[in-house]
Amino acid sequence: MKNFRNFCVIAHIDHGKSTLSDRLLEITKTVSMRDMKAQTLDNMDIERERGITIKSHAIQLYYTRPNGEVFTLNLIDTPGHVDFSYEVSRSIAACEGALLLVDATQGIQAQTISNLYLAIEHNLEIIPVLNKIDMPNAMVEEVTDQIIDLVGIPKSDIILASGKTGEGVDKILEAIVEFIPPPKGDPAAPLQALIFDSVFNSFRGVIAYYRIFNGTIKKGEKVRFVNTGNEYHADEVGVLQMSQVPKNELSAGNVGYIITGIKESKEIKVGDTITVAAHPCKEAIKGFEDVKPMVFAGLYPIQNEDFEDLRDSLEKLQLNDASLVYEPETSIALGFGFRCGFLGMLHLEIIQERLSREFNQEVITTVPNVSYRAYTKRTGLMVINTPNDLPDPTMVDYIEEPYIHAQVITKPEYIGAIMTLALEKRGNLTHQHYLTTTRVELSFDLPLAEIVFDFYDRLKSISRGYASFDYAPKDYRKSDLVKLDILLNGEPVDALSSLVHREKADAFGRKICAKLKELIPKQQFVIAIQAAIGAKVIARETISAMRKDVTAKCYGGDITRKRKLLEKQKEGKKKMRQIGNVDVPQKTFFEVLKLD
Amino acid sequence: MFALVAGIYIHIPFCRKACYYCNFHFSTSFQIREEMIQAMLKEISLQAAYLKNQSIETIYFGGGTPSALPTENLQQLLEEVKTNFKVIGDAEVTLEANPDDITVESLKQWKEIGINRLSIGIQAFQDELLTNWNRSHSSAQGLSAIALAQEAGFGNITADLIYGGPGLTDEDWLSNIQRLVDSDIPHISSYALTVEPNTVLAHQIKKGTSSEPDDELANHQYEILQAKLKEAGFIQYEVSNFAKPGMESKHNKNYWTGAHYLGIGPSAHSFDGVSRQWNIANNVKYIKALESGEIPFEKEELTKTQQFNELVMTGLRTSMGIDAQRIAILGESYTSYLKSEIQYHMDQGKIVINAEGNYSLKPAYYFFADGIASDLFFVEAAPETDLS
Ligand SMILES: Nc1nc2c(ncn2[C@@H]2O[C@H](COP(=O)(O)OP(=O)(O)OP(=O)(O)O)[C@@H](O)[C@H]2O)c(=O)[nH]1
Ligand code: SF4
Ligand SMILES: [Mg+2]
Repeated sequence: MKNFRNFCVIAHIDHGKSTLSDRLLEITKTVSMRDMKAQTLDNMDIERERGITIKSHAIQLYYTRPNGEVFTLNLIDTPGHVDFSYEVSRSIAACEGALLLVDATQGIQAQTISNLYLAIEHNLEIIPVLNKIDMPNAMVEEVTDQIIDLVGIPKSDIILASGKTGEGVDKILEAIVEFIPPPKGDPAAPLQALIFDSVFNSFRGVIAYYRIFNGTIKKGEKVRFVNTGNEYHADEVGVLQMSQVPKNELSAGNVGYIITGIKESKEIKVGDTITVAAHPCKEAIKGFEDVKPMVFAGLYPIQNEDFEDLRDSLEKLQLNDASLVYEPETSIALGFGFRCGFLGMLHLEIIQERLSREFNQEVITTVPNVSYRAYTKRTGLMVINTPNDLPDPTMVDYIEEPYIHAQVITKPEYIGAIMTLALEKRGNLTHQHYLTTTRVELSFDLPLAEIVFDFYDRLKSISRGYASFDYAPKDYRKSDLVKLDILLNGEPVDALSSLVHREKADAFGRKICAKLKELIPKQQFVIAIQAAIGAKVIARETISAMRKDVTAKCYGGDITRKRKLLEKQKEGKKKMRQIGNVDVPQKTFFEVLKLD
Repeated sequence: MFALVAGIYIHIPFCRKACYYCNFHFSTSFQIREEMIQAMLKEISLQAAYLKNQSIETIYFGGGTPSALPTENLQQLLEEVKTNFKVIGDAEVTLEANPDDITVESLKQWKEIGINRLSIGIQAFQDELLTNWNRSHSSAQGLSAIALAQEAGFGNITADLIYGGPGLTDEDWLSNIQRLVDSDIPHISSYALTVEPNTVLAHQIKKGTSSEPDDELANHQYEILQAKLKEAGFIQYEVSNFAKPGMESKHNKNYWTGAHYLGIGPSAHSFDGVSRQWNIANNVKYIKALESGEIPFEKEELTKTQQFNELVMTGLRTSMGIDAQRIAILGESYTSYLKSEIQYHMDQGKIVINAEGNYSLKPAYYFFADGIASDLFFVEAAPETDLS
């Protein structure tokens, strides 16, 4: 065990975690040059297309020191985006150390700090790495000082590196071996293995990833999942290299996978402890805290009859995304679906896309909202996760909305613009702190509802990219909220309802009507779009009737082109949902909030 | 089965001027005219087997502007077709002609080489509109062209008119229709002005120097067209085509009924029942390829589903309707799919079963033919994906 090291790579988004991981894979010959591509560990299509990491990825490397000693390293590459910080926290639980990367051209950013503290809370050994030093605009001196300030370590302990050129990677490997403690634990003790991730495979069933804290897991043995109490046969155990490599056994300190033939996603829970049925451990390892969703939205199948399939897909997806929560709900407009909780809008978008790509499930997403608390005169507190749960205003004593505490790190010249934005978003500044003369940290209290939708994009644009942002839930505060309904041809569409602050209702109603006019295609009749609070209409738009959709000419040369065009149109129609008599495209509910 | 009829389309890729709305394939430079004719002659002989010995009932010179070619070029092409194919004695031989090419002399020559149908590009009788569209002729030329052609003994004439464009008032439109009706030609084709990508018109609209055609106006003028021509004894046999009984364009009808055709010349399309192919839309590349004995084309095999979709799409555009027999040949499942999908539109009174026993769209709904066609399309479900 003394030759094992378990570590994760953490940083702010885009600071080069996956690229540096590539170099570690390369130098340890875990991946042949031929199979090497940029960000090899980002193996999901969405990750490759978007150029960001969404899932943590674990992989085992063998490192031979200059003195010939061989070490087994379990590396976990983590995502940097704030919506996926739950991935980071679970990875941290499987490690003794962390490489903290800081982009030398960007300096310390908001998630550098939040991820660092996550690691420190779990007593991880931190190895700070100043990355991307190959770049001409790298600010080596300045960022080094920032790191010293933040982590409180001597300058000599900061490794200068480039994930692009490979510079410094040898030093990183040596530091991992030198400074990160080997895992503790007793291979002979009863098995205690913490499940930190899982995935559904249509051929093999559920595959669970775990870190063994004590004991040994053996192929063929009967294992028990402590929290569920279920027992299974360990059909296959092994380690995670570029592919899964089966082993006869794995012992304390190691990271691996297990396949037990479980086909039902419900039977397994990330955070559970695996033990051996014959000599069970006394207690489970402390699992993970349940994540609190930040945004809620309804997900509905396009065809009502696909409801059960959607449930099945969500179950399977949840295996691989422990931060997804859902429960059934119904909508008058959309029928049976699920109210789902997400960690942010990117998370919502990714779930929608994964459902489509991995499960062939096209869904309609309702207008997202945060979770409110209504205090009613008769029944007391009610949690409102969908606008339709809001009781009649006359029954409500008062409503509270969630507030967050936000940190923005930026350059002093953008303070003014950021304060204006925060004010517009009903926030107030609680703290201002200069990290260095050129970097300032602003803390705000802000209503969560104001930041989940377009805050981050606005922040980036007003600061020309020189502002990073992190937040955590703070408390609930009284608020003057109204329910804004949208009517299509006089029919209220519950899936488009939203809760908004009274002062913003008019402007919001106008924008939403205008946006719907853009999103809903012309149909053979006039469509009236109205925004209303109670019975009072506060905004309206009209979509005129479509008067022509045929092209006049269709001779020999036009037929193929036209057929292809109409086939595409048909695909689009399959993704429409009829509400009343109006065909509404799938993306409408989600896009409607992208107001600018 | 069907009587196998087939047609040959010959694309002449030259025009004197570029009309601002047009996105057909043509060049305004005639410099390589001779090389082009040689290449096309070669293509005709190379394709001699394409139509598998079916009788050729129609030959159509389209473009571009075929009337801008010297008659001997047209003759060469016709002769080559006759040498390589079995052309029936009374084949329909159409020439697209612009009014400015129509003279007593040219008409005489065309008649001599065997042209028996003229398609005259009139478009409008308002000089201002013709100038706006950069047409190469005046309204007076348009009127006299028809008269001259009739005097020269061409009875089978069709003329084109454009509606729905900015600047064409309802009075203009009524009078344009009336003039054609009065001229006593047996066939009229009429098209809504559409904005095609990469045209001068599209560019003008983007810049704001021309306004976009208005669907409302187009719809209204289309209704006028349908009513006027019906009153004058024309039968609407397709979205944009009207004929006196028995005077439909055989050639164009073939496109909509799934008959086979061979297209000659750059950008021309061919269809042999199961695959479609189209020549490269570039004059120089076309000539170069044929000089080395190759026909530069791309090809697509049609799956049964694609054949179904095409039958639906073209069938809905015609008074003949969706050919039930041809659908049946594709398989029982297509017939029953169509039956169940079409019910909704029948309930709405848009589609009826016509005398031939086919589903056909009522003319009042022709303007929505595309949307209804795509409703009825069959799109294969995406293959199951596996998570592994
Ligand atoms: N010049 C230079 N570019 C780098 C270096 N490391 C990463 N990059 C580039 O920075 C961008 C982000 O790199 P990633 O490795 O995907 O960053 P990440 O931290 O994994 O990003 P997330 O996982 O989405 O948080 C990519 O365009 C990389 O090519 C480096 O050392 N030098
Ligand atoms: S003459 Fe015909 S083919 Fe030539 S540019 Fe005008 S419309 Fe197009
Ligand atoms: Mg990454």
